[in-house]
Amino acid sequence: MKIITCENVSKTFHRHSGQVLLRQHLAYLFGRNRGSEFHALKGVSFDVVDGEGLAVIGSNGAGKSTLLSMVAGLAKPDTGSVQVNGRIAALLELGSGFHPDLTGTENVYLNAALLGFTEKQTKEMFGTIVDFAAIGDFMDEPLRSYSSGMWLRLAFSVAVNVDPDILIVDEVLAVGDQDFQAKCYDRIRGFRNAGKTFVCVSHSKPILMELCDQAIWLDHGEMMMTGPIADVFEAYEGRLQVQT
Amino acid sequence: MWHGDYRFLLKNLILKDFRIRYRNMSLGVFWSLLNPVVMLGVYIFVFTQLLKNDTPHFAVFLLCGIVPFSFFSGAWAAGTSSMVDNASLVKRVALPRELIPITSVLSTCVHLIIQIGLLLVIVLLSGIPVNVYWLWLPLIWGLEVVFVCGLALLFSAINVYVRDTRYVVDSANTILFWLVPIVYSFAIIPQRFRAIYRWNPVAALVMAMRDILLDAKYPGNWLLIQLTLGAFFCLGIGLLVFRKLKEGFYDYL
Repeated sequence: MKIITCENVSKTFHRHSGQVLLRQHLAYLFGRNRGSEFHALKGVSFDVVDGEGLAVIGSNGAGKSTLLSMVAGLAKPDTGSVQVNGRIAALLELGSGFHPDLTGTENVYLNAALLGFTEKQTKEMFGTIVDFAAIGDFMDEPLRSYSSGMWLRLAFSVAVNVDPDILIVDEVLAVGDQDFQAKCYDRIRGFRNAGKTFVCVSHSKPILMELCDQAIWLDHGEMMMTGPIADVFEAYEGRLQVQT
Repeated sequence: MWHGDYRFLLKNLILKDFRIRYRNMSLGVFWSLLNPVVMLGVYIFVFTQLLKNDTPHFAVFLLCGIVPFSFFSGAWAAGTSSMVDNASLVKRVALPRELIPITSVLSTCVHLIIQIGLLLVIVLLSGIPVNVYWLWLPLIWGLEVVFVCGLALLFSAINVYVRDTRYVVDSANTILFWLVPIVYSFAIIPQRFRAIYRWNPVAALVMAMRDILLDAKYPGNWLLIQLTLGAFFCLGIGLLVFRKLKEGFYDYL
């Protein structure tokens, strides 16, 4: 079954030099000087089948994060369509939704609510989340006293306990120490074995090779290739060598 | 799409607003009480000692204006900047975005409740007896919250595209302070402006509160109907515009 379908997806951002003054608004309104446009994605199409592990690779600014945002339902494509059949948990940024002035415990509750849990479910999983994060006494400290590793531990612990149909992870796993990374990979493998879908952006080949089986390669918003991960990496690395 | 527990999320978002606002304050939530008391003190000084004034129960008269207005202006301003302030949340978490301005209004309600408590205590201290029309009070306060939710939805969405909106709102609040009968009575308004005043839900609210608390009389069907229509019309427009504009939030935040 196709769980994610992207058809001819394009996304354009308007570039303005940081400041949008009334002048720009008026110019835009009257159609003059539409400014320079930035094509983050150009006609990207792909499907993800139930249970697949999909890696999205490409250099910085290739449109990977924009693509994930659209799959997660945060941004709307300008043309084309994105269809998702299932519940998504997206970890697009380290601890998005966390607030530095709240304690670990308070942030876990807030994040669980943001991810769509009920109060009862949150109370039931709270122990599991705390055990997984393993940050001890810091649960009652405000997050601004956390190291970025501890921040990740907490964020990831909430997200993996969601039990979604699709887990989307954007380049956040690299912060944890080796023990914690290993624990995360175990969890993601278990998740894959349970027949769930996993979509991941990363620059680390070993991680992707281990956790994913399919890949798409984006370059300047265009899809260069899609297929089994080993083939895509081969082509991607071949291209990099040609360039250098 | 987000499928979750709206109530639990709303509760946690309000708790978050509340905690981050007061966590680092030594007086905590006591500020909700202190601010209007200070303001009341200054106004009473100016309007009874400096300017001639023989309004009976002047403290109650003033508070009937200050309490709803400070809620209105505070919640409108906070609601307007809420979307931009929560940009990281809006761009990274697929929560229903309407909840963000609504949360900021509802967390301002905590002050409203505390200040209403203050108002009622001062009413009783002034020796004004409780009357049966007090039962209307929760309804008219509820309508004010609905009205401000509508404004917050509308202006928070516009503020994403035009960031100057929050300053427009600040100026509008300053103007409104004088255009709502807060420090003066509705009775001194010339006949030809009265209809306009009644259509302003903040003014209607102040008048309704004075009718009930000071004059012990029913605010009148017409005033209540206008208050209700104004509130729900505003909520409808707010939701409509917000729904239209939210598609571009990701690009503009």
